[in-house]
Amino acid sequence: MSWFSKMLGSSIGQKLIMGVTGLFLISFLVVHCGINALIFMNDGGQTFNKGAEFMGTNWLIRTMEIVLFAGLLLHIIKGYSLTRQNLNKRPVEYAVSAANKNSKWYSRSMGLLGTLLLIFLIIHLKHFWITSRFTDQITGGHITLYEEMKIIFSELWVVVLYMLSMISLGYHLLHGFQSAFQTLGLNHKRYTPLIKNTGVIFSILFPLLFALMPLVMYLGIIK
Amino acid sequence: MSGNMNITLKVWRQKNKDDRGRFETYPVQGVSPDMSFLEMFDVLNERLINEGKEPVAFDHDCREGICGMCSMYINGRPHGPLQGVTTCQLHMRSFKTNDTIVVEPWRAKAFPVIKDLAVDRSSFDRIMSAGGFISVNTGNAQDANATPIGKEDADTAFAAAMCIGCGACVAACKNASAMLFVSAKISQFALLPQGQPERKSRVSKMVAQMDAEGFGSCTNTGACEAECPKGISLSNIARMNRDYINAQFTSQQM
Repeated sequence: MSWFSKMLGSSIGQKLIMGVTGLFLISFLVVHCGINALIFMNDGGQTFNKGAEFMGTNWLIRTMEIVLFAGLLLHIIKGYSLTRQNLNKRPVEYAVSAANKNSKWYSRSMGLLGTLLLIFLIIHLKHFWITSRFTDQITGGHITLYEEMKIIFSELWVVVLYMLSMISLGYHLLHGFQSAFQTLGLNHKRYTPLIKNTGVIFSILFPLLFALMPLVMYLGIIK
Repeated sequence: MSGNMNITLKVWRQKNKDDRGRFETYPVQGVSPDMSFLEMFDVLNERLINEGKEPVAFDHDCREGICGMCSMYINGRPHGPLQGVTTCQLHMRSFKTNDTIVVEPWRAKAFPVIKDLAVDRSSFDRIMSAGGFISVNTGNAQDANATPIGKEDADTAFAAAMCIGCGACVAACKNASAMLFVSAKISQFALLPQGQPERKSRVSKMVAQMDAEGFGSCTNTGACEAECPKGISLSNIARMNRDYINAQFTSQQM
């Protein structure tokens, strides 16, 4: 396997890890958003709780949860190590930079946007994942995930934090989605515009849906 | 003369690669708008020489935009504000009178400053020697039509071969990545029949050399493509990634 580790250690290989894990995490977002969107049924969380129950008990999903954490960790660790490596490639900085003339700010700020998402993720996991997987088991698990959502999203700062984080997610995806395909070598006259447009729609749609969830709960539109 | 411009230049001066370097300010009067940016530097250097001072060292050769020697980072952009041209083809009419223009060398670990604005780009040469060629037996040249090549492939290969190796892509990239250059040099052969026998070993060796030289990795910001004086396309980087992955997975070497 030496050729394999050598490949993954090269500049292209490291980017490949970022792209593949990134696309995998995007696929997770779709599932996560799909299940969560069940709250919009506005049936007091009945359908949503069924969905959450399935996700929490199905063995395939639980196994994928481990893969998900592995992918997430790889994306974070590799992201930071690449950012650090790349910072060393220009020991003396330019005095004047007109980078905004040749590239988008969010494409140059993936590390920063990713860090904001990591902070959000820690808070988010504390809010829901730890509660549903561990705390409930210890305390007897009387509270449904839907009720947990209602409690968490009754505080304004939480709602604001979640909505701001979704803006970070949107920009992270706006660059990351199409960038992953380019890294994989998928660039084609016919398909690249399609990938880019899909990326834009994806980066607006999913963060928007996620951001609406705490908002509608806080405002009491969903009961 | 009327219509001539007065410019304030802030130029990076550095005695040698070990010197820390600093900016120096030079007012340049009576600059013709039709002068190229390098001719404006010639005027400044002539004056500095007459004053008994050290002229500003900068790279240049053909001054026709095809050799890839000139390399100034002007007001935060490689080759200055005009798109699709090298510094020698940038004219003073792209600036306004009384402008202050900041000129820096390319900044990259793999491009150490030799003196003032001149940087050592021999890392590009070493990447080329690693595999940027085709091996052919010497002898009579073949008939031009002996190997048919599709028009589209020929055009795309030619567009990649337009790369003059100036290093603006590295200078513009926030990671000082050389992937636009390397991918262009890989693509110009990968698209042609003559490049096929060494296609896999070429991409492997050139990428390995690129990494060894200390260039950064690509984060697909597109800054290189936007600043490239020859309009080299990002699709070349995708082709290089594709070829590299393919070469690693299918190579017969263990």
